[in-house]
Amino acid sequence: MAEATGVLVLGELAGGELASVSQELLAAGRKLADDLGEELTIALLGASVEGASQQAISYGADRVYAVTHPLLEEYQVDLNLAALESLCQETNPNVLLIARTESGRELAPRLAFRLGVGLAQDCLEVSVDPAAKRLLANRPVYGGNAIAVISCDLTPQIAAVRPKVYEPLEPDPSRQGQVVSFPVELESSQARTRIVERVEETSTGIKLEDARVVVSGGRGLGGPEPFAHLEELAKVMGGAVGASRAAVDSGWVPVAYQVGLTGKTITPEIYIMVAISGASQHMAGCSGAKVIVAINKDSEANIFREARYGVVGDWEQIIPAFTAAVRELVQS
Amino acid sequence: MALKIGVLAKQVIDPEMPMAAFRVDSDANKVVTPPNIPPVVNGFDENAVEAALLLKDAQEATITVISSGTEFALDVMKKPLSMGADELILLQDDAFGNTIDSFFTARVLAEAVRKLEGFDLIICGRQASDWDNAQVPLGLAELLGLSCIALCRKVDVSDGKVTAECTTPDGYEVVEADLPALVTVSNELGQPRYPTLRGIMAATRKKPTIWTMSDLGMDSAELEPRVTLRSLFVPETGQDCEYIEGENAADAGRQLALKLREDKLI
Ligand SMILES: Cc1cc2nc3c(=O)[nH]c(=O)nc-3n(C[C@H](O)[C@H](O)[C@H](O)COP(=O)(O)OP(=O)(O)OC[C@H]3O[C@@H](n4cnc5c(N)ncnc54)[C@H](O)[C@@H]3O)c2cc1C
Ligand SMILES: Cc1cc2nc3c(=O)[nH]c(=O)nc-3n(C[C@H](O)[C@H](O)[C@H](O)COP(=O)(O)OP(=O)(O)OC[C@H]3O[C@@H](n4cnc5c(N)ncnc54)[C@H](O)[C@@H]3O)c2cc1C
Repeated sequence: MAEATGVLVLGELAGGELASVSQELLAAGRKLADDLGEELTIALLGASVEGASQQAISYGADRVYAVTHPLLEEYQVDLNLAALESLCQETNPNVLLIARTESGRELAPRLAFRLGVGLAQDCLEVSVDPAAKRLLANRPVYGGNAIAVISCDLTPQIAAVRPKVYEPLEPDPSRQGQVVSFPVELESSQARTRIVERVEETSTGIKLEDARVVVSGGRGLGGPEPFAHLEELAKVMGGAVGASRAAVDSGWVPVAYQVGLTGKTITPEIYIMVAISGASQHMAGCSGAKVIVAINKDSEANIFREARYGVVGDWEQIIPAFTAAVRELVQS
Repeated sequence: MALKIGVLAKQVIDPEMPMAAFRVDSDANKVVTPPNIPPVVNGFDENAVEAALLLKDAQEATITVISSGTEFALDVMKKPLSMGADELILLQDDAFGNTIDSFFTARVLAEAVRKLEGFDLIICGRQASDWDNAQVPLGLAELLGLSCIALCRKVDVSDGKVTAECTTPDGYEVVEADLPALVTVSNELGQPRYPTLRGIMAATRKKPTIWTMSDLGMDSAELEPRVTLRSLFVPETGQDCEYIEGENAADAGRQLALKLREDKLI
């Protein structure tokens, strides 16, 4: 087989448009492709993917594979896997980047196994080893307490990249690229699972992942009722409410509130953490926050090693006064 | 016919250990096993045991727990038995270390699942709390050609089908698949039950089955790694926290608001 070449990004669509995670991945992929002296391509899977193709080019792709089949209209992991497997076999990429999103976190390992290659999981940084011209991936282990640098020994070298660690490039609508149509053959019987129902549990309002301000509560709140205070503060600041796993496991708030390694990754301008100790697994989801504010009664809590501002004391006293003062400042 | 359930459980360093006890030996690219802190069954794998027990509460079922590693703390690994699992299979070999890749670990586990024959459902944790890879179960499903449902918070089996509620970023999804299948579960499944005294007594009497690499009919030529660990280090984190004070706690809250205003954050 000819030598593997090119950096392939697995694109995701959101409402027919190129999803923001894919814009991020194109930025990461562009740098890798340039360092390797290879092409940057993107795979877009769907029933039709026309809208997003030119967008992908403007965000840095040299070539778009429009991987289409009517069965790809609704996302189903087995069908997407089969389509990607044939694309990889046909195009033989050197590097494959997949965003570690809801779908990517299952798809990436399964694709790697199907292709019989390794996967660098949950990467915070991908780069090219200048000597060996191989992919290097930095990934957190032990809930972020340590970082491992991994390389893949076979091709494609696959990395699952954590969302929101790369900034998209400035889109250039005049950029030229090629769109290659790649129809695939699929059978509906290849889908091994069926989605019976999909239920949204989050409240309406600003999404945690997109919020400029996030106020999170932890075990130290002691129950579900205090979250009403956090909701109020978040409302005054135009933000959203999150929680630690301890608060979620206690049943005080829905799972969708959880920030952290096994919850959501957030990147707000201000992250206010109330009665949360700052375990590494929580911090893994908020290390991209610009300013962290900690309110905790234990001056030894780990969170004071990560926060920009800290108030040592009882939230019951601090939060109402803080909320009132913020309201006044916002209104003045 | 009784439902035959396999649960995959890994022994890990206790993730709740004090941070101060966490050390990396960067020369050897290893996390130093902390002395005096006993290992635990990976938390999500206890959830997997609980998921299996919930099924067994409702229908006739057998639960086989399978673990691979280089050495085991038997009292720790017997916990699933004392919770109510029927059988423990330990795949123990110097070659089954942690530093080889997920591919190999999944290969070893797949071999054991094949050797044990006839599972209807394999239940795994969503990820191991040491290397946080979240790969082995998905890979195993591929190697064994099983249907796969990830991140379940509720698992039901009836009429040759598994129906699961899976956590999504904004809620949940109900997904079904035909048996045999593999599912991964998460902490949302709920607190694993505590072993009962009777369970503990029964577990002490049970002996695990131990298989080495050759018992599985594998050889080291298959050890060819697909990923290489280049280095392991503790990241520089932390910053100087500016403590906001006031006449009392409420005043500190007001001072905090003023500080954020000063920084044009509100
Ligand atoms: C594999 C794995 C994955 C995980 N994933 C996540 C994840 O995604 N997200 C997550 O959050 N956790 C996660 N965890 C759990 C994590 O390790 C911690 O156990 C958890 O974050 C602790 O939550 P907490 O800070 O609310 O509770 P605690 O650690 O119990 O902290 C409570 C804090 O509240 C303070 N407090 C108490 N009363 C008051 C008061 N009146 N006023 C002010 N402060 C007060 C205390 O001083 C303490 O610091 C994970 C763990 C593992 C092993
Ligand atoms: C620092 C470091 C970084 C690594 N990075 C990578 C990497 O990026 N890619 C890669 O392919 N490998 C990597 N490895 C190797 C990999 O972690 C091990 O091969 C490991 O056996 C599988 O990953 P995990 O323990 O994180 O399990 P996960 O895949 O997170 O485990 C999920 C579930 O699978 C089951 N399971 C996993 N292991 C066992 C077991 N031994 N016995 C029984 N059940 C089990 C459990 O149900 C568990 O909850 C790394 C190793 C180290 C030391």
